[in-house]
Amino acid sequence: MDIKSLEDRFEAKIAAGESIEPKDWMPEKYRKTHIRQISQHAHSEIVGMLPEGNWITRAPSLRRKVALLAKVQDEAGHGLYLYSAAETLGISRDEMTEQLLSGKAKYSSIFNYPTLTWADIGAIGWLVDGAAIINQVMLTRTSYGPYARAMVRICKEESFHQRQGYEIMLTLCNGTPEQKALAQDALNRWWWPSLMMFGPRDAESPHTEQSMKWKIKRKTNDELRQQFIDITKPQADILGITIPDPDLKWNEERGHYDFGDIDWDEFWQVVNGNGQCNKDRIAAKQKAWDEGAWVRDAAVAHAEKKEQKKQKLSA
Amino acid sequence: MKKNEWPLWEVFVRSKNGLEHRHFGSLHAADAEMAIENARDVYTRRSEGVSIWVVKSSDITASNPEESGELFEPAKDKVYRHPTFYNLPEELKHM
Repeated sequence: MDIKSLEDRFEAKIAAGESIEPKDWMPEKYRKTHIRQISQHAHSEIVGMLPEGNWITRAPSLRRKVALLAKVQDEAGHGLYLYSAAETLGISRDEMTEQLLSGKAKYSSIFNYPTLTWADIGAIGWLVDGAAIINQVMLTRTSYGPYARAMVRICKEESFHQRQGYEIMLTLCNGTPEQKALAQDALNRWWWPSLMMFGPRDAESPHTEQSMKWKIKRKTNDELRQQFIDITKPQADILGITIPDPDLKWNEERGHYDFGDIDWDEFWQVVNGNGQCNKDRIAAKQKAWDEGAWVRDAAVAHAEKKEQKKQKLSA
Repeated sequence: MKKNEWPLWEVFVRSKNGLEHRHFGSLHAADAEMAIENARDVYTRRSEGVSIWVVKSSDITASNPEESGELFEPAKDKVYRHPTFYNLPEELKHM
């Protein structure tokens, strides 16, 4: 079959709402787009463990500590589901790690912001995981089968993350004035970066049109961002803290909240490596990779030795 | 494969006795024993299983989607393999 008819058949399958599976024929660009998107998503889960891991030893109670440990462990699991999904497209795990460490592959910019106080752990669970859930729920219906299945599993686990974060915020907001001030300060610092998580405005998003056509995405960046704002404003009201946007107002006509301008210059600065923690994050991953080398080698040597012993016994 | 790159394993989990093992996903491990231990941590953190199988991905032979036609289409015109193919009176019960 020639490329043109293969492409036509592929497009027809997508249009009919069928999933694409690893061994199916797919256009090279579809494969590349997925490798890029899934590996970036996986890297985000893995790098996302760093800002939160920062607070595990300083969690204010055992209850908070076990919850945070479990959450960070989940992020590792989510990274692994996603790496496996990307590997079905013909890239190896080591290649993906190399791309992360060399800076060729990106991860979500939100993790280049520091976690300065305990309230940041609450704000991350509430806002960052909240934004991630909106994106990920959409992705459970993405056209590439292994990616969609990984998302279903991740979404099931992610809801605990958001609830534990909101509970931290709630406890702080019902506490002393100093505690409430910590919660407000965390919201002030995480609000705008959370909105940036949905990516550039539709008009400036180079991949959106093709991604919508191939049903990689089902909603645009701006639609998802609006959905997040509409959901989150009433949640801030329950906490009794203020979203740091004087232009945030309910628009009766649109049935949505209007909101102020996002500082896209800051967004691109962080994407391009100039965020507060970009260097630290990659340095931490590089250190883990280098210092883990002997463990990876030893495990292989051990497995080989066991195999040889087994063969000797059966000979 | 590089010297230290662990092989890929497919993980099958039985959620409870009475149900079959179902494909849950895949992971890397140096050997089968480690694959089971890793599968426990990656796929059953919330009591999702009571039994785990692991098999090296390279040991799985899969059908080729390009040959789906030859493989599966012969079943399509054999409607007489389904109970609804047979015309029976409405008043007939328990069949």
